[in-house]
Amino acid sequence: MVPVDTPNIDLPTPERSAPAPHQSLWTRVEALLFDVQKPARYVGGEQGARSPVHGEGRVAWLLCYPDTYEIGLPNQGLQILYELLNDRDDALAERSYAPWVDMESAMRAEGVPLFSVESHLPARAFDLLAFNLSAELVYTNVLNMIDLAGLPVRSSARDPSDPIVVAGGHCVFNPEPLADFVDAFVIGDGEEVVGEVNEVVAAHVPVRSAQAREELMHDLARIPGVYVPSLYVARYEHGRLVAVEPLPGVPAVVEKRTIADLGQWPYPRSQLVPITEVVHDRLNVEVFRGCTRGCRFCQAGMVTRPVRERPAHQVRAMVEEGLSRTGYEEVALTSLSTADYSGIEQLVRDVIGDPRHEGRVSVSLPSLRVDAFTVGTAAEIQRVRRTGLTFAPEGGTWRMRKVINKLISEEDLYSAVDAAFSQGWRRVKLYFLIGLPTERDEDVAAIAELGARCAEIGHRYHRAVTVVASVGGFVPKPQTPFQWASQDTAEELRRKIALIREAARGTRGLTIRWHDPEASVAEGIASRGDRRVGGVVERVWRAGGTFQEWSEQFDLGLWEDALAAEGLSLDEVVHRSRDRDECLPWGHISAGLHPDFLWGDWREALAGGAVEDCRWTPCYDCGACTGFGLEHVVASPHPPAGGSQGTGQNLEQGGRVPVHLVSARR
Amino acid sequence: MTGSGVRLRVRYSKTGKVRFTSHRDVVRMWERALRRSGLRVAWSEGYSPRPLLSFGYALPTGAESLAEYLDVTLAPQLFVASGSHWAAEQLWDDVAEPPAEPPAEPPAEPLAARLSALLPDGVDVHGIARLPVGSGSLQQEVSSCSWKLEVHGLASEELTSRVERLLAAPTALVERERKGRITSDDLRPAVLALTVVRRAEGGAVEPTTHPEHAWLQAELATRPRGVRPRELVEVLGPGTKLSRACRLQQWIERDGTRIEPLAICGHGAGTAATRAERRAS
Repeated sequence: MVPVDTPNIDLPTPERSAPAPHQSLWTRVEALLFDVQKPARYVGGEQGARSPVHGEGRVAWLLCYPDTYEIGLPNQGLQILYELLNDRDDALAERSYAPWVDMESAMRAEGVPLFSVESHLPARAFDLLAFNLSAELVYTNVLNMIDLAGLPVRSSARDPSDPIVVAGGHCVFNPEPLADFVDAFVIGDGEEVVGEVNEVVAAHVPVRSAQAREELMHDLARIPGVYVPSLYVARYEHGRLVAVEPLPGVPAVVEKRTIADLGQWPYPRSQLVPITEVVHDRLNVEVFRGCTRGCRFCQAGMVTRPVRERPAHQVRAMVEEGLSRTGYEEVALTSLSTADYSGIEQLVRDVIGDPRHEGRVSVSLPSLRVDAFTVGTAAEIQRVRRTGLTFAPEGGTWRMRKVINKLISEEDLYSAVDAAFSQGWRRVKLYFLIGLPTERDEDVAAIAELGARCAEIGHRYHRAVTVVASVGGFVPKPQTPFQWASQDTAEELRRKIALIREAARGTRGLTIRWHDPEASVAEGIASRGDRRVGGVVERVWRAGGTFQEWSEQFDLGLWEDALAAEGLSLDEVVHRSRDRDECLPWGHISAGLHPDFLWGDWREALAGGAVEDCRWTPCYDCGACTGFGLEHVVASPHPPAGGSQGTGQNLEQGGRVPVHLVSARR
Repeated sequence: MTGSGVRLRVRYSKTGKVRFTSHRDVVRMWERALRRSGLRVAWSEGYSPRPLLSFGYALPTGAESLAEYLDVTLAPQLFVASGSHWAAEQLWDDVAEPPAEPPAEPPAEPLAARLSALLPDGVDVHGIARLPVGSGSLQQEVSSCSWKLEVHGLASEELTSRVERLLAAPTALVERERKGRITSDDLRPAVLALTVVRRAEGGAVEPTTHPEHAWLQAELATRPRGVRPRELVEVLGPGTKLSRACRLQQWIERDGTRIEPLAICGHGAGTAATRAERRAS
């Protein structure tokens, strides 16, 4: 809505006058592949890939991942939608990933537009470009891909017949930084709503007039869970957002979509197996969605409630079928905290004990809970190739961990680490956040102490051990109790990192690693910004700032210059804390959590109070279930053995260091 | 380790889009395909066990090949997993006779066809044979490779005269950086044969339509050090660029005769020699 004078930097853009040709660009793409890194990123050919037939009666989706192929290919959300759409009679889907900088410049030089990896069709041959937004720093890549597709980056400048740009994923819980570039956001679980969007689009394409496009936008906005930003007006007073108001006929608040039963959605059924190396190159089976541990910094846990477990028999079937179809020898049981899955030990034993696997299949649990019990399960499954174990205590002191509601007692941590070293691991990684609300220097320095104690435990079992304490700067996220919190400056984060390094100096076996504080600042801009941050994102992109997730490409200077040019400041957008009365840019988007609940939990955090996990204890009415008529789907009514964290725990004693640590050397 | 179990030698091609995968990618696709095939592959011992697969000289990323090889060591106790539809006898029937030439049609043998179906498009198995006990590895034995290379940037007369000059020269030095030092390597001894071929003779590789493109056919030795197609084009001097490469054959040298690596799997040296003669002619 706010007109932005865009700097006049010319990027050669593929011509947009030509009608969308349904002709493969393969020979032109192929000619570029001799001189780029990792050319297999651009050729497709995955097992499980579809070759959809384009034509009348099918809405064509280009599912876009705004990062490299090897990061984007494994994304399960994108793969689920890919199958659901291609299984429909009235839809088809292909995929596209952000070309790396060498390929992008070759494409621009030769006038090759963004293409799909299946048919190598130009992006303009599709009715929709659908972006998966998993991280904020990819926003400039979204603009770059829209531009490479041959579309104006701003929605308002597009022609009626241009493809519609939609987006989903965790980042859309604050869609405002991309509100000027994306026609419609889909909030929450995509499984059901993607079909509803398809039907609305099918009823409107081909779109031939501006009026027809506007009607389409209104129809999209009527779908629950769909946010069409052009139908909302942001108002500012004294340089600050005061309201985001809906035009007549559209909902004032867009509520997220939630599937009630994960068991009804056993997807992906044919996980894509790439011909080239990607991250998480293994079978992935989602065992549950949602998490109610209640860590206050965790946006994923807050926006995906309630917990919905997949039935164990379905998990086993998906694992068996998936392993024999793909030839993978590793399966990851994915979720936000897989050790919390009801009956996880039995499930794991069933998978690794299956005689058909001859002991070759390994199971990975991407997120371990911190306790000895969990380590025991891990020991059982990682019989082959033990690399390292990772735990995430997040805070250095018990007080700090109560503030963030990550209720890991020191006893839990030390017994977990003891179990890990005693069972043969020599490398333990610990994740911590710094810059947390109420944090004091003693909380920060305690990270080094915890790490040193863990290394000391390790030395009881092995001469050489490595304990890596990995430190990241906290970025307050929308739709969490910490959404009002202040964020540390890069300078303050650097000071705290120096404190930890100083305290850790000379400790044998302890290594301190840290995330670039400047990247946390840029993430802060994109996380809590309002619509005006869209101008910042556009300027960073125009200045060449793509792939900002990649340290070799990241440049905070670009973001600072862009903020200044938009009349904004780091203090205004990132560092200051927010009041209860302030209009939050994402206030018209709801993850189901009552604002009162979030505010109450924020106050509770500041008072150092902890809350229990509601899947095993009485409901405290956060809103995620009650608001949608949902319930947790959890097979076991009891918290897992050993999983004390936050349930039935004496919270007064969590900081007590046990006098005697568990099992001595055997 | 490799000497203990039954070993199969597999010949396969890598053409089309899949040629943009790396050698490491090819290793992974074979590991997955073999797991799905029901063939029981032997595994290495130790801290980080791997299936016992042995590949020949790595094909550069982007190059095609009609003649890639892989040696697979089968688990000694039982080489076909239970539940598989092949009986042991059938496996031996499949692998007894190596094919004379890569067939133009998709391979007909059940095992080769089944493996091809489990591999990505563009990776096709053309022959499988049992290796005689004590055979050396592909890396040890392959002594040269034949290539067809598409180059562009030079008129064909100029290209022909540069090829002649290279063949007449006693040395062909290229400079390269190795461990931070510039060293000079002589590629000339490794260039066993090099000719400019007319477009119509493009053969298995699609003919180019570009007027300034030409095909070279080359035989390059693997020892003392291998010459990559890119390096060969480099020593032809400035102005020319490699745009496509296809490995046509790999050769093992025995008593002065070139033998195709599957042919050494024949029953007895005589057979291999006969085949080799037929092939070399």
